[in-house]
Amino acid sequence: MALVRTETNTERKLMKSFIGYFKSIFDGLITLLKGLSVTGKYFFKPGTTWTQQYPNNRKELKMFDMFKGEVIMPHSDMNEHKCTGCGICEINCPNGSIEVISAVLVNEEGKKQRIIDKHIYHLGMCTFCGLCVKTCPSQALAFSQDFEHAVFDRKKLNKVLNRPGSKLMKGVA
Amino acid sequence: MEFSIYDLTSFTQWIDSSLRASMSPGWAVAIEMIIIGVALLVFFALIGLFLVYAERKVCALMQNRLGPNRVGPGGIFQTVADLVKLLFVELVPIKNADKILFNLAPFIVIIASVMAIGALPLAKGLHAIDLNIGVFYLMAVSSMGVIGVLLAGWASNNKYSLIGAMRSGAQIVSYELSVGLALITMVVLAGTMQLSEMIEAQRWGWFIFKGHVPAVIAFVIYIVAGTAETNRGPFDLAEAESELTAGYHTEYSGIKFALFFLAEYINMFIIAAIATTVFLGGWMPFHVYGWDGLNKVMDFIPPFFWFLGKTFGVVFLMMWLKWTFPRLRIDQLLTLEWKYLLPINIFNLLLMAFLVLVGWHW
Repeated sequence: MALVRTETNTERKLMKSFIGYFKSIFDGLITLLKGLSVTGKYFFKPGTTWTQQYPNNRKELKMFDMFKGEVIMPHSDMNEHKCTGCGICEINCPNGSIEVISAVLVNEEGKKQRIIDKHIYHLGMCTFCGLCVKTCPSQALAFSQDFEHAVFDRKKLNKVLNRPGSKLMKGVA
Repeated sequence: MEFSIYDLTSFTQWIDSSLRASMSPGWAVAIEMIIIGVALLVFFALIGLFLVYAERKVCALMQNRLGPNRVGPGGIFQTVADLVKLLFVELVPIKNADKILFNLAPFIVIIASVMAIGALPLAKGLHAIDLNIGVFYLMAVSSMGVIGVLLAGWASNNKYSLIGAMRSGAQIVSYELSVGLALITMVVLAGTMQLSEMIEAQRWGWFIFKGHVPAVIAFVIYIVAGTAETNRGPFDLAEAESELTAGYHTEYSGIKFALFFLAEYINMFIIAAIATTVFLGGWMPFHVYGWDGLNKVMDFIPPFFWFLGKTFGVVFLMMWLKWTFPRLRIDQLLTLEWKYLLPINIFNLLLMAFLVLVGWHW
């Protein structure tokens, strides 16, 4: 008969939960202090505020590159754009805010070619989801950083994106 | 008469004696009560306005924002503008609500707060009533506000309000225990429940320093449980916006809502003021025994500003907690109280009793 009493399984479990109890308290306290240090740093360090005082800094305000202001069609210096008039943006637009009116043109080689007559963009219906810009196969569309869209006449929100007299950029199929 | 800003006893006695000289004692007491009531209510309103502004600024800075900055320099008149707006807002009558209880509830909440602040020493000699069971009285009154919350939830005839009120009830029932035990720990150290004597005992060292580790533990537990008792974040289950719209005050509008809103901030101030009085020496300046130069410099600041400064320090701590931690779930809330705070608190009380018996507390 063994005289030395060994620890039973239940005792070991109890001991473990006992240690776990105090461990949870200290772990909890440490994580809480970590959180407090983050907010404390923000509070005591001036200059960490990100707020833009918009109407006051209107002149020097510069929006970041990823900001989705409105859809534009970038034109080169030669008044050339990249839009082939394929209509993928029109199909992808969930709100129907893009209408592509294309025309057919016979080029110098005698082949028929589709060009855009008007790329109409209804800013008033746009939710700025960015599907048109993302899915455009020739990167003809982009977002501008301009965000002051308010006008007095809603007809002004229907915009034609391709400039008058513009042409398709060479090398874009 | 010569008045001193460092000891207002002569000032209050002068008011008392000049009133008694010109009228019968009964009238004098009545007028004194009115003066105290009006003074406390004005103090309340100013503190409430300031705390709302402070809270918005603190939370904004912690979230990398600016906070109110349009009305007045730095937005300091924002809360005044809000108050004026709230005074003009229509009081929407609620169909099928229990009219009497519905209208009574905000007043019960406010009355509970006023009763608590009456027993608090604001400065030397500026103490409306010095009860010999001050701590006991404060504990009793500060938990009375929940009756108003429960009434508001019940009388509104709204599911959200009722759930919010019930949560608040469960919360108070559990956390009142922790607040009480934390304060009893300090009563053991002080040997008295009278607030003026407690402050006098802290002349050469605030209780949080005198009481060593148990006092610090009691202070932490008191702040946690006190935050829970005022229904403030991270324990604001009673008005959890994402779940219950606004909890117990969903149906209230206008000035009645303003009373609930004010009561929340006044309760925070009272919890902080009790913590100041019991742990941080109340209006007593910071003294170190033997350092006469330092003591003189500290005595130069009037006691009222010591009290306000310490209280706002504790209030800032509570705001810091609110704007850092996410809201607890109701089961986590009860686990924290019954499995952690309460056992620690009871053990802490024993430890403090042992310290006092052995005589290590001075």
